[in-house]
Amino acid sequence: MGLMTLFIITGAVAVAAALGLLFARNAVYAALFLVLNMFALAVLYLSLGAPFIAMVQITVYAGAIMVLFLFVIMLLGAEQLKEDGGPIAWQRPLALVLGLVLLGELAYFVFAAPAGRARLLPPPEGFGDPHTVGLTLFQQYLLPFEVTSVLLLVAMIGAIVLVRHGKGTAADSAAGSDAE
Amino acid sequence: MVPTSFYIFLAALLFTIGAVAVLFRRNTLVIYMAVELMLNAANLAFVAFARQFEALDGQLFVFFVMTVAAAEVAVGLALIVTIFRTKHSVDIDAMRELKG
Repeated sequence: MGLMTLFIITGAVAVAAALGLLFARNAVYAALFLVLNMFALAVLYLSLGAPFIAMVQITVYAGAIMVLFLFVIMLLGAEQLKEDGGPIAWQRPLALVLGLVLLGELAYFVFAAPAGRARLLPPPEGFGDPHTVGLTLFQQYLLPFEVTSVLLLVAMIGAIVLVRHGKGTAADSAAGSDAE
Repeated sequence: MVPTSFYIFLAALLFTIGAVAVLFRRNTLVIYMAVELMLNAANLAFVAFARQFEALDGQLFVFFVMTVAAAEVAVGLALIVTIFRTKHSVDIDAMRELKG
């Protein structure tokens, strides 16, 4: 019963924060609403027996990624953007209708499936803690883990090259092409 | 206990809000954040199924989704900054030409 109350409260917070992201006028408020949403999801992960993932969610997602977002929003001064419809007048009503259709379809498939209503057993000892997650990561998923590090390296170099390119003085770009 | 289908429905609801936000908003950065919201919704479904089947693989997929999201955010924000230098706007409609 306690878990059900926790789920309802945290789920309501998560949905409210997502709606805040949808309707916030200021991009900084939208980013902070998304941070709130991620914290609510971290609580849900804890209730699902995933403490390690919950902590990674807070440190990586709510910490690192959202700080990057806030940094770019403030760097570009893009907090306020006039949002008066688009070139397509019927885009927003259509988006609402399509969203409701998608939600209806998803809800039908979720609640039509009989497996999802089964009573869950308590998770096995140590389920989702850093020890077991680490063992699985380095035994069964070693190759994807290494490929992920290559992906992060490529993304890092890509971001540096994109932001440096065509910027500053000739000496600056000469130094950039030397480094490449 | 909370049935797994409740968690999956919450994930579907968050995913729908994110998808509507992508269609609704004009600020490229907010659209980007809505994409992150959709990734989070998928992560919630992964963790819920990992709990139901008592398999850690779902949680590890969340781990990989997070790293891919971090890489995507880094490159995407660099692209937005570069486009901002030529267009001086983050309005998504300012980006309808391939040639800056």
